[in-house]
Amino acid sequence: MTAPLLELDNLRTYFYTDTGVARSVDGVSFHVGAGETVGVVGESGCGKSVTALSILRLVRAPGRVEAGSAIRFEGKDLLALGERDMQHVRGNRIAMVFQEPMTALNPVFTVGDQIAEVARIHAGLSKRDAWQKAIEMLRLVGIPAPEQRASEYPHQLSGGMRQRVVIAMALVMNPALVIADEPTTALDVTIQAQILELLADLTKRLGTSILLITHDLGVVAENCSRVIVMYAGEVVEESVTTELFAHAHHPYTEGLLGAMPRVGGEAERLATIPGTVPPPTAWPDGCRFRDRCPYAWERCEREHPPLYQIGAGHTSRCHLAVEPERRAHPHPPLAAQRGATAA
Amino acid sequence: MTTVITAVRARPVLARLARDSRARAAAVVLVVIIGSALLAPVIAPHDPAANLDIVHLNSQPPSWAYPLGTDPFSRDVLSRLLWGTRISLAIAFVAVSLSMTLGVVVGAVAGYAGGLADAVLMRLVDTALSMPRLLLLIAVVALWGDVSIAALTLLLAGTGWFAVSRLTRAETLVVREREFVIAARMLGASPWRILTRHVLPNVAAPGLVAATLGIANVILLEAGLSYIGIGVRAPAASWGGIIQDGAERVGDLWWLTLFPGLAILITVFACNALGDALRDALDPRQLAPAPGTTTSDRPR
Amino acid sequence: MRRYLSGRLLQAVSVVFLVTTLTFLLVHLAPGDPLQAALDRPGVTPEIRAHWRAEFGLDRPIGEQYVRWVTNAARGELGYSFSYHRPVRDVLADALPRTLLLVGLALSLSFALGIAVGVLQAERVGGTRDRWLGRSLLLLYSVPDFWLALLALLLFAYRIPILPAGGIVDPVLHDYLSLGGRAVDRLRHIVLPALTLTLLSSAVIARHQRSALLDVLPSDWMRTALAKGLSWRDAVRRHALRNSLLSTITLVGLSLPSLAAGAIFVEKVFSWPGMGMVTVSAIAARDYPLITAGVMVISVSVVVGALVADLAVAAADPRIGMR
Repeated sequence: MTAPLLELDNLRTYFYTDTGVARSVDGVSFHVGAGETVGVVGESGCGKSVTALSILRLVRAPGRVEAGSAIRFEGKDLLALGERDMQHVRGNRIAMVFQEPMTALNPVFTVGDQIAEVARIHAGLSKRDAWQKAIEMLRLVGIPAPEQRASEYPHQLSGGMRQRVVIAMALVMNPALVIADEPTTALDVTIQAQILELLADLTKRLGTSILLITHDLGVVAENCSRVIVMYAGEVVEESVTTELFAHAHHPYTEGLLGAMPRVGGEAERLATIPGTVPPPTAWPDGCRFRDRCPYAWERCEREHPPLYQIGAGHTSRCHLAVEPERRAHPHPPLAAQRGATAA
Repeated sequence: MTTVITAVRARPVLARLARDSRARAAAVVLVVIIGSALLAPVIAPHDPAANLDIVHLNSQPPSWAYPLGTDPFSRDVLSRLLWGTRISLAIAFVAVSLSMTLGVVVGAVAGYAGGLADAVLMRLVDTALSMPRLLLLIAVVALWGDVSIAALTLLLAGTGWFAVSRLTRAETLVVREREFVIAARMLGASPWRILTRHVLPNVAAPGLVAATLGIANVILLEAGLSYIGIGVRAPAASWGGIIQDGAERVGDLWWLTLFPGLAILITVFACNALGDALRDALDPRQLAPAPGTTTSDRPR
Repeated sequence: MRRYLSGRLLQAVSVVFLVTTLTFLLVHLAPGDPLQAALDRPGVTPEIRAHWRAEFGLDRPIGEQYVRWVTNAARGELGYSFSYHRPVRDVLADALPRTLLLVGLALSLSFALGIAVGVLQAERVGGTRDRWLGRSLLLLYSVPDFWLALLALLLFAYRIPILPAGGIVDPVLHDYLSLGGRAVDRLRHIVLPALTLTLLSSAVIARHQRSALLDVLPSDWMRTALAKGLSWRDAVRRHALRNSLLSTITLVGLSLPSLAAGAIFVEKVFSWPGMGMVTVSAIAARDYPLITAGVMVISVSVVVGALVADLAVAAADPRIGMR
C-alpha cells in the first residue's frame, strides 16, 4: 500500500488564552488518499476548522500546533517545513475554499486580479498571462462572460458567483488537495447543490482530493466516500460513508443522524442531542460526550475511550465497542436531566 | 446593572495597565512633574517674576548659580520653569475637567432630547470639529485683546468639549433604547438618574482616554498661544511664555528654548503614553499578535 | 454615488457657512470694532471716527452688516489691511499659494513616510520594531510644533549654519542670482520648514496607518491571501495596505485641523510668509480685517481639504462607487 496523500498523526492545536489553554484539536489522526473525498463532520467548536487551518499552518497567534504532532503531505512533514517551503505548498499543492465567499475575497481587488495572483506567485506567469489564466479559470467554473467578470469587484457578484471565484482561485495550480471549509453554508439552498456539484465534477476531472469540512451530514452523504466524525477536539468515529449511515456506532454519530432531516422519510420528530459541547478549556476526563450520552455508565467517567476497531476501516471512540450489551438500556442523558431540573 | 458590568471589567483593565511598562513609566514621570509643580514655592530658588539684576544678570547662560540660565529681564529660568509648571498644569487640568463636564452634558442633552435640538447641536459640533482649534483660539484671544489666565482656561475648556459630546451622545442614544432604561423610565426615573447610572459608566472609559489625551493637547495649545504672545502674559511664567521671551534670539539664548520645550515634551509625552496605554488596556484586541506570524516551528 | 456626493457637498457648504458666520460673530462680539486699531490714535476726532465708521457701514444694524459682510466675502472683498496697507484679498492672494506649496510638499512627503512607517509597524505588531517605532512616533506626536521648528532653526541655521533661518528667498542676494542660483536659493529656504512640517505630520499619518492596518489584518481575505501562498509580508503590503489606505486618507482628512495648526507655527518660526504667518502677524498688529479673513480662509481650506479627502476615497473605493 502506498502512503496516503495527506496523513495527520496526533495533531494537537492548543490556544493559550487568558481563561486557560483551549485544546481545540486534541490528538487527531486521519488520512486522505489520492483522488479521495473525505468528509469531516461535527458541531461548531469541535475543532474541525482549526484542523483545516493547522494543515496549512494558518493558526492565529494565541494558538499553536503542539510538538509531537505530524502532518505528512506528499512525503513531507509540513510542520517541519520552513516558511518559504510552506508558502510553496499553500495555494499550489493544497488550496483552501473558505466558508464565507462574501468576506474571503478582498473587496478592493478585482476578482481577476485575485485569481491571477495565484498564477503569478506559483507559476511565475507574467501579468498578462496570469490574467488570461484567470479568465480561463472563470470559464472553467462556469461564470458567463468571464472576460468582463474578471475586471469586476467581488461586491458586484452574487454569493454563488463569488464562491465560484473562490473555487477558481483554489484550482488555478491544479492542487493535489483542496480543503473546503463549509463551502456552501453561507449560500442559498438551491445554489449549494450547484456549487458542490461543480466542486465534485472539477476535482474528479483533475484528480484532486478533497477534505470537505461540514456540519451537514447530507452534504457528506452525497459527496464523500469516507467520513470522520469529530467531537470535542477528537475523532470519535471514522468509517466508509455507506457503513456509517447504515451502522453508526458512536452515540454522538447516532445523535447527528437522528438530527438529520430525511427527504422522503416519514415525518418523525427531529431528534436533537441534549446539552452543548463543553468549553475547549475544560474537556471532561473520561469520555467527553458522556454528559450528553443516553448510554453513559461509570466506565465512561473513569476511562477515556480509545478508538476501538469495530469493523474494516470503521473505528469508534466508545466503550460500547467492548460492552455492546449496554446499548439495550438507554436512559435520559445527564445534560437532559440537568436541563429538566434547571427548568 | 451597567455599573456592575463596568466594575467587573475595570479590574482586568487596571491589571493590564499595571503590566504595561509604558503606563508605569508615564505615571512616575507625571507624579514627579505634578510634585514639582505643587512644591514650586518651596524648591524654586528665586521669585519667578523678580528682575534679579537687570544690568549684570540678564541673558546669562546656564551656570551653577542659575542652572538653567536667566532671561533678558534677568529672571531665573529654573524658577520660572517650576512656577510655569504650576500654571501650565493648572490650566490644563481645570480646562479639561470643565470641557469633559460640558461635553458630557451637551452630549447627553442632545442624545436624550433628540429631534431638532439634537440636529442643531451636532451640526454645530461638526463645524467646530472641522475648524482648527488653535485658529479658533487665536481668533478669540486676538480679538478680545488681553485675556486673563482664568479667561484663557475658560476658552480652552470651551473649545475642547466637542469630541466628548459626540461620544456621550452616541452612548446616550444606545442606552436610551435599551430595555432597562425604558423600564426605568416607566418606573419614573429622572433623566438625571439615567444619565448618572446608565450613560456615564459607559462613557467613563473612553472619556478617561479622551481626558488624558486632552490634557496633553491643552498643554500644547496653551504653550503655543503663549509662544505667539497671546496666552499667559508676563510677568506670570508659563512654559510657552519662557520660550517666547527668547524666541527673537534663538541662536544666542538657546537655553530659553531648550529647557521649557523639554518640559512640555516630557509632560505631553507622558500624558499621551498614558492615554495610549489606557486605550490599549480597554481594547486588548489591539495587542493581539497578527495572524500567520505564529507557526509550530516558531512558537512565541 | 450621486446621493453620497451631494450629501457630502451640502455638508461642506453648511460648514463653510457656519464658519463664516462664526467669524463674523466673533468680530462683532469682541470689544472695539474693526477700525479701532486704525482710528485709536491722538488727533483722530470723534467726527472723523464717526465718518469712517459710517463709511464702513459700522453704524448699520448688525443684521444688515452681516448680509453685507457675507455678500462681500462671497465676492472676495475682505476689507483693507491696515498693517499691510493693501486690500486683504491681495495680501492673502500672495500668501495662500506659498502655504499651499509648503503644505502640499510636506503632506506628500509625510504620506510616503507615514505609510511606510505604519506598514513596518503593523507587519510585526507587538514586536521590537513596532514598539520602538511606536515610541518614536509618540514622541514626535507629543513635541510642540513650534518648539521642533525652533530646534531645527537653532540647529541648522545657527549652530551648524548650513541653511537659511527664514523667508522664501534670500532678501539681498536673490535678485542678483542666476536662474539656477535662484532655484537653489528657493530650495534651500523651503528645506527646513518643509522637513519640520513633514516630521510633524508623518507622526499623525503613521499612527493612523498603523491602526487602519490593524483593523483589516484580521479580515477573512487576509487568511485567503495567506492560503494562496503569499508571504505574510506580501499579504500585508499588497492586500492589507490597499484596503487600509482609504481609511487612512479619511482619518487624515479628519486630522487636517490639527495639522493646520502645525503649519501655522512652522510658518511663524521660519518667517515663511504664508497664511499662518500673515494671520499671526496680523494679531500683533491688531489688524482686524486681516485676522478674520485669515482665520476664515484657513478654516475654509481645511474644510475643503477634508472634502477632497472624502471625495478621493469615494472615487477610489469600488464599494462606494457602485451603490
